[in-house]
Amino acid sequence: MRLDVIFRVGAKILLPIMLLFALYVQFHGDFGPGGGFQAGVMSAAMVIFYAIIFGLETAQKVFPPRLAEIMVPAGVGIFAGVGVIGMLLGENYLNYSPLADDPAHGQEYGILLVEFGVLVTVSGTMVAIFYCFMGRGR
Amino acid sequence: MDLLYQIVAHYNHWITIFLMVSGLYIVVSRGNMVKKLVGLGLFQTSVYLLYLTPGKILGGTPPVLSPDFSVYSNPLPHVLILTAIVVGVATLALGLALVVRINEEFGTIEEDEIFAGDEDE
Amino acid sequence: MIAANLPALQVVLPLLGAVLCAFFRRGVWAWGVALLVSLTMPLIAAGLLVQVLESGTISYALGGWKPPYGIEYRIDVANAFLLLLVSLIGAVMMPYARRSVEKEIAPERQAWFYTLYLLNLCGLLGIAITGDAFNVFVFMEISSLASYGLIALGRDRRALLAAYQYLIMGTIGATFYVIGVGLLYSMTGTLNMADMASRLAGIENSRAVLTALAFLTVGISLKLALFPLHVWLPNAYAYAPSMATAFIAATATKVAVYLLLRYFFTVFGAATVYTRLPVAEIFLLLSLAAMFGASIVALFQDNVKRMLAYSSVAQIGYITLGIAIANKTGLTGGIVHLFNHALMKGALFMAIGAVFYRIGSVRIDDLAGLGKRMPITMGAFTLAGLSIIGAPGTVGFVSKWYLGLGAMENGWWWLVFLLVASSLISVVYIGRVVEVIWFRPLSNAAKGAKEPPLSMLIPTLLLCAATIYFGFDTTITAGIAGRAAEWLLAGSG
Repeated sequence: MRLDVIFRVGAKILLPIMLLFALYVQFHGDFGPGGGFQAGVMSAAMVIFYAIIFGLETAQKVFPPRLAEIMVPAGVGIFAGVGVIGMLLGENYLNYSPLADDPAHGQEYGILLVEFGVLVTVSGTMVAIFYCFMGRGR
Repeated sequence: MDLLYQIVAHYNHWITIFLMVSGLYIVVSRGNMVKKLVGLGLFQTSVYLLYLTPGKILGGTPPVLSPDFSVYSNPLPHVLILTAIVVGVATLALGLALVVRINEEFGTIEEDEIFAGDEDE
Repeated sequence: MIAANLPALQVVLPLLGAVLCAFFRRGVWAWGVALLVSLTMPLIAAGLLVQVLESGTISYALGGWKPPYGIEYRIDVANAFLLLLVSLIGAVMMPYARRSVEKEIAPERQAWFYTLYLLNLCGLLGIAITGDAFNVFVFMEISSLASYGLIALGRDRRALLAAYQYLIMGTIGATFYVIGVGLLYSMTGTLNMADMASRLAGIENSRAVLTALAFLTVGISLKLALFPLHVWLPNAYAYAPSMATAFIAATATKVAVYLLLRYFFTVFGAATVYTRLPVAEIFLLLSLAAMFGASIVALFQDNVKRMLAYSSVAQIGYITLGIAIANKTGLTGGIVHLFNHALMKGALFMAIGAVFYRIGSVRIDDLAGLGKRMPITMGAFTLAGLSIIGAPGTVGFVSKWYLGLGAMENGWWWLVFLLVASSLISVVYIGRVVEVIWFRPLSNAAKGAKEPPLSMLIPTLLLCAATIYFGFDTTITAGIAGRAAEWLLAGSG
């Protein structure tokens, strides 16, 4: 797609907005519809969009496949790790209350961290699946 | 009249049953592996409805505490089904990945062709 | 702090181990993590069992949310026993895994193998430990998805087909399970099993509850490969990597049986299950069909792994026979057989895995004369095979003895004859392999074979020795199984 100037310029304008919206959905998840899953899919969609417009090789330079592969377990690790912190602080597993002085705030921080883990895993998985299938048959 | 009311009042269950049975039928009757997965997806979707529809309480508001309301819809089914959807997506993704690999190895995704080819070995 | 959090650690450690394994690219490091986790698991399970035996049921509120609102991990005699079994099998098999995996799986995928193994372990332990009906579904899918992946890692391209077939059947089974749970949830408004049991009192005869029971039974029976629903099992076991076959065969179906027991006896209660629906008759019929049908099919298999897979279907028939007999002795027989079958099938599949490691084949013709080259491995195979037959002095005999006694208590003396008759079929299919191994001239494939490395030999012998030891000393197995059976039957009140 060497000649599609409109595509390329349009994509460059859209990409930061997509990421910004993904982050908005991520952090607004506490108060309204949203959360890690949706935000993860959106940020992965950004990478996929980039790969479609600019080619797989360019996209893999920006977002290496190995990074996607690491992100998948890393997110699960964040989720399980936050739970373990609660356990280390003397409460049951997955109890986020001791994360802050006020139990309600502790729960909020816990959920924020867990949602971040979900974001990491979901976006990593989506991109990894996309790379896997794009890379096939070449 | 009573019977008719019974049938109409539970229309959500009829939809569920229809989806469930048609999904299972596709899984059993189709030899194409992708179509089988489509049927499996339909079958799983019917379960989402089975859970979600009784969760809505007539006159209930979204379950956010507020002094103005006293009747809330049940949020738990939604949480459960969110989990089930994620599980379903994972299953579907794994299934499709297997189909891609099967296509690479056998050159077809029709079950009867694969089994017919296998006999020769 | 650690003692109080043991129930969570039992499930979280494999999960964290899986995460760690996924970071590694080198199989050996992942194996190290998996070994460490696998060896810790039995310690935790033993700790839990001791706590349960001393002070009764343990309840652990996940996230501090009190049951029945939050997810509860609930450990009693029955599932503490199962936790110990699953984690012990994992611990014994992990040292074996390294060589076997190096031989059978491409280097870049070995770390993934251990990741999937740990996820599978996490799922199985989770099903056993949790007291929440929906949580069971989540863990069931974790373990199932991991095992589809494990099976697909097999060298043979038919492994992919087997994994696909298992995926379709397994997902249908899991979905049936969720439908059942959904119906129960809409009837009782709770997902906590103990709470559900108390709320079902009084409405257990309603149509929705009976429908739920039917869906749950079919769904779980798919997972445990009850006779007509077993079609996924033979291919999956035959084409999966040896280590995966050994682990899945020894644990996955056992956990599903436990789940069935849990629903029958603690959620619905024996009174509902056995009087309102003809469950005992159906299970009796299907168990007998499995014991004979699958054994007869096993006679005609050329692939030894496939033959053992059909034998697994038949042996599951013995376990479900215990459910059909449904008195204390019979149920004890079923639960003991659950434990015993895990031991002997584990030993058999590990011995066959060692054969594959040396000669690269599991066809019965290629095994000819192997007894001369690998006498210890083949001796272990023969002993474990005797246990499948149910020879006195092996674990197989103990469970069949209890099943027979239980049948007599019900006045089903004809069942005892059928038990003996089905054992005779297993004499033929095990005997066929044993004859080929010891009394035939050496095959070409087996020419260069020698004993497998010690890391593979010792775990196999360990499981094999266990099948003999528990055949003589039944105080531990039959004792705990008896307590569990008593507890399950009493839980029906």
